Amino acid sequence: MSSATATDVGARPVRAGRRPPLAWVGTVPFLAYAAVFLLLPTGLVIWNAFKGNSGGWTFANISALNTGPVRSAFTGSLQLCVISSVIGAILGAILAYAVASGDPDGLIRRLYIAGSGVLAQFGGVTLAFAFLATIGPAGLLLHASWYLNFPWGISLIYCYFQIPLMVLVFLPAVDGLKIQWREAAENLGGSTWHYWRYVAGPLLAPAFTGAALLLFANALSAFATIEAWEDQVNYVVPQSIGGSLISEVGLANVHEGDALALGMIVVVVIVMTGYFLLQGRAARWQR
Amino acid sequence: MAKLIAAAKKEGTLNVIALPADWANYGNIIKDFTAKYGIKVTSIAPSDSSAQEVTQIQQKNGTSLAADVLDVGGSVATASTSLFAPYEVSTWSAIPAGLKEATGLYVGDYGGYMSVGYDSAKFGTITSLSQLLGSKFKNDVALNGNPTQANAALNGVMMASLASGGSAGSIANGVNFFHQLKQAGNFNTTQATPATIKAGTTPVVFNWDYLNTAAVVGQPASTWKVFIPSDATLGGFYYQAVNKGAPHPAAARLWEEYLFSQASVGGQNLWLTGGARPSEQVAMTSNGSIDKTAAAALPPVVGTPIFLTQTQATAAATYLAANWQKAIG
Repeated sequence: MSSATATDVGARPVRAGRRPPLAWVGTVPFLAYAAVFLLLPTGLVIWNAFKGNSGGWTFANISALNTGPVRSAFTGSLQLCVISSVIGAILGAILAYAVASGDPDGLIRRLYIAGSGVLAQFGGVTLAFAFLATIGPAGLLLHASWYLNFPWGISLIYCYFQIPLMVLVFLPAVDGLKIQWREAAENLGGSTWHYWRYVAGPLLAPAFTGAALLLFANALSAFATIEAWEDQVNYVVPQSIGGSLISEVGLANVHEGDALALGMIVVVVIVMTGYFLLQGRAARWQR
Repeated sequence: MAKLIAAAKKEGTLNVIALPADWANYGNIIKDFTAKYGIKVTSIAPSDSSAQEVTQIQQKNGTSLAADVLDVGGSVATASTSLFAPYEVSTWSAIPAGLKEATGLYVGDYGGYMSVGYDSAKFGTITSLSQLLGSKFKNDVALNGNPTQANAALNGVMMASLASGGSAGSIANGVNFFHQLKQAGNFNTTQATPATIKAGTTPVVFNWDYLNTAAVVGQPASTWKVFIPSDATLGGFYYQAVNKGAPHPAAARLWEEYLFSQASVGGQNLWLTGGARPSEQVAMTSNGSIDKTAAAALPPVVGTPIFLTQTQATAAATYLAANWQKAIG
């Protein structure tokens, strides 16, 4: 063995260290894609948010953010995102735990994962209309007057895709819980409460919060569902942006839309920074 | 005309935008135009708003994808004249002076009156807007769009204003009417479409009369009624404009000639068949070229028609921007 080791060391190509590393080439398509479809549009939004309608630079679009309707749209966005992501995260986490504690190769688990994958993508006009026809004012199942209530009525509709999304993103973390940890806790005389309070809870907390933040961002950008649900009040920021682009009665102002989008970018940056910080913590024990 | 037809046929294609097939009979108009001249019509984004039409030509001009012709509301037409090419159709003199820009940058094509379409089997006959505040209309009354965005919805609120003592210069009473409607629990904030009407969700709809006909909303003519209030007879027109950078300039002009043609199967009479009132209606009634059956089928108009001026429309939009959300939120 010692001779083999010696051969290995002697055989190491001396010039290898001088060859320029080419591993980065593989990332070029991704980086180019991100630059064209993420960085460039973001840059354009920021640039245009400071442009006036008749050319030139202005802060008018930014100061328009501090008006009643826009403030209430940002408040509405935050309400809807917090409510739908908290409810979605809690119910989705419980469901994920139930799925994880079942047979890992069982039919139920496969059904849940496949079903969640489909339902997490269901949204827009079809989803809003499905709820309208089922529990709307003239619904087939019940005539729910609270259906058009903001934020609770629309939060219920958002939960329809938030809960399955939570199952999908949280399940890997729950699967990471080892049965031996529970056994160890019990061997040391710990109760179920102790296990959740001191072992599983702290381990899952970063993944849970990270997944909840992802749900938050998901709800923030949704437009078609809420627009089809309700048309008269701009409850959330994407609706205000829509209005600034399509108004045909003389109220359209594309650059004000850019300023609104800039406001959303700020919210997303804050949320995603939190997400990445938490992901860093979650990754430490998952390794 | 023969030269124009030859040039248009050579181009072979026409791009139109924001023309839903069930809007003022556009589905048949496009079909007949293609059958007549053998020019393929590409219908871009049928459900776009007037503002989006203008954005499309700003973004796509210089490519073969830009819309050749636009059909836009008054506010957008007057604000976008730098993008239009002036064109006077051969029936220019038959179009009332109030409906056309003097050099032909934009020309009124068809219009109608604000109306209330409703299911008479459910509600009986509606004779005044104030009835809608009653308890049997719980959650039933809807607009076609958001009045800060859509022309049809803005005019719906204006009709309510006129019917409750307001004037064309002030939409405040209309906003107040919808506030009361909301307080009574009668205002349904879902946008009314043929689908929501079919589902029974929006059985009372404020909309242009040509979009409120039983045929367009897919309801039996025996029960779906259209009512134009005599104390709030509010008219509105749409406008044709030719894109200055049209990729198919001859086809665009031939399309205009076709739309304003008084032929028995031509743009003006086809709009009329779809329930809209073509801009040459008065001239066609006096020269006898009008489709009399279609004209007789229009919902009756009793009061004195009011048309908003551009200043009045802008004032209404500005008031709505500041007050609509507060009134019904």
